[in-house]
Amino acid sequence: MSEDVYILGIKMTKFGKHKELDTLDLASEATLAALKDGGVTMKDMGIIAAGNLMSGPLPIAQTIQKQCGQTGIPAYNVSNACATGATALRVAIMSVKAGESDFGLAVGVEKLAGAGLLVGGARQEDDAAWQRSGRYGAVAPVDGRIGTEIMPGVFAQIGMEYGHKYGGANFELFAQISEKNHWHSTLNPLAAYSKLMSLEEIMNDIMIAYPNTRPMCSANCDGAAAAVVVSGSKLKTLSQEQQRRAVKIAASVLTSDPYEEGCQVLPNVNTLTRNAAKQAYEQAGVGPKDLGLVELHDCFATAELVHYDNLMLCEEGGAVDFFKSGAPRRDGSMPVNVSGGLQSKGHPIAATGIANIWEVCHHLRGEAGPRQIEGAKVGLAHVIGLGSACGIHILEKSVA
Amino acid sequence: MAEQIPFVDYLVLGDDPHLVVNECSACGARFFDRRNACGSCSGTEFEKTRVATRGELRSFTIVAFAAPGVPVPFVAGIVDCDGTSVRSNIVNVEPDAEHVKLGMPVRLTTLVVGSDSEGVEAVNFAYEPAA
Repeated sequence: MSEDVYILGIKMTKFGKHKELDTLDLASEATLAALKDGGVTMKDMGIIAAGNLMSGPLPIAQTIQKQCGQTGIPAYNVSNACATGATALRVAIMSVKAGESDFGLAVGVEKLAGAGLLVGGARQEDDAAWQRSGRYGAVAPVDGRIGTEIMPGVFAQIGMEYGHKYGGANFELFAQISEKNHWHSTLNPLAAYSKLMSLEEIMNDIMIAYPNTRPMCSANCDGAAAAVVVSGSKLKTLSQEQQRRAVKIAASVLTSDPYEEGCQVLPNVNTLTRNAAKQAYEQAGVGPKDLGLVELHDCFATAELVHYDNLMLCEEGGAVDFFKSGAPRRDGSMPVNVSGGLQSKGHPIAATGIANIWEVCHHLRGEAGPRQIEGAKVGLAHVIGLGSACGIHILEKSVA
Repeated sequence: MAEQIPFVDYLVLGDDPHLVVNECSACGARFFDRRNACGSCSGTEFEKTRVATRGELRSFTIVAFAAPGVPVPFVAGIVDCDGTSVRSNIVNVEPDAEHVKLGMPVRLTTLVVGSDSEGVEAVNFAYEPAA
């Protein structure tokens, strides 16, 4: 039986526009705060794993060490699209589980405010002679000519496909999901946007890719999050207070997408999430009904719907009814994205997979203030990085 | 008539325009791109196989905001052609949710994308509603 691993310290920065802070400022702020939260220092860490997608080729882990403490420990720079933060955390967990480190540090950071569409090719004038390039031998960019490559459009199709398969999903329903998350965000002071939005405001906002209007899309913003993990045996040697606030990582799972028909045409975010969820519930020895709260990857309102099903929060095909029952509201039986989700809390890509774990830990520790989900003992955090990678962590309140 | 070339390698023009896939000889998985091996079974032998020109619209979005130079709005969709998923634009239909319907039957059509400096036309494919 390998070692149990716990979150000892964890923090996210305020998400939003940080004009005065650069990538390293944000990463350092989260790192130092997570260490302090855990009552440890850089000198205790046996490994650092970090991720950052948008600020160039700097090895972010070593760059953080140069600001916060160079102790010569192994540094892993990870990249897994929107699952980068969860991947960094998983690397730290694996090191502790393997017995190579007592303590591990994971960091994710991104400067993304005002970034606009992240994928999708701007077009040049087609005046030179046609020339084939790429794996499809296309003579010009395909975005907009052979379907769409932009994320709001890709995830719109993922939600619409679910609607086609099971029925009941329409523009208004997707907008209602967004309305819920924007409502949740009003209680989160660290969210990039914490404004209540009515269904009408959401539906009448700028259409990006039907049925996703602007507030139904994840908000590009700046932010960082960091976590310190510790082995169960080491935790026993720490203070009562550290043991009381430690959160058990009951499951840590990362999957990629197995081949299925069509998965290289429209990304299939369903099967790898379902596979990860099955493994995570088995590892943790819990079922969906045991969860007190869920933070899932609502990069778009259309994505949240399919993940109710993929995480088995409802019967297969029952996501629409599950949402309509009110279950995923913060006052419902299975609160989902009480942080406000990526649509309002924001989505600084590499930070997201640790920030969602911070949210869950915050509730399990009973420290979430006005948005506290009372009595939450177990929570699940989920991310999807398109390409694809799915990270799921199940967290349990300490019994100490 | 101007010389015409297909917009992508997997489009065959002529009297009977259609798409072709690289079909894995071992497991039958189908791919539109150039292959090193099969993503399903790792097999390395492929046969060029014709894709049905009629299908059903399995999913769609109406893109209203895109990268600079990409004309909007346009309908992007996934068409199920007898079990083979195809990514494409959906054309010859009003780009709104009243006219574009999940499950509607569609068929392959072709359209000229533009001419290059030599006067050669690149011809792309799309799907349109089928009666």
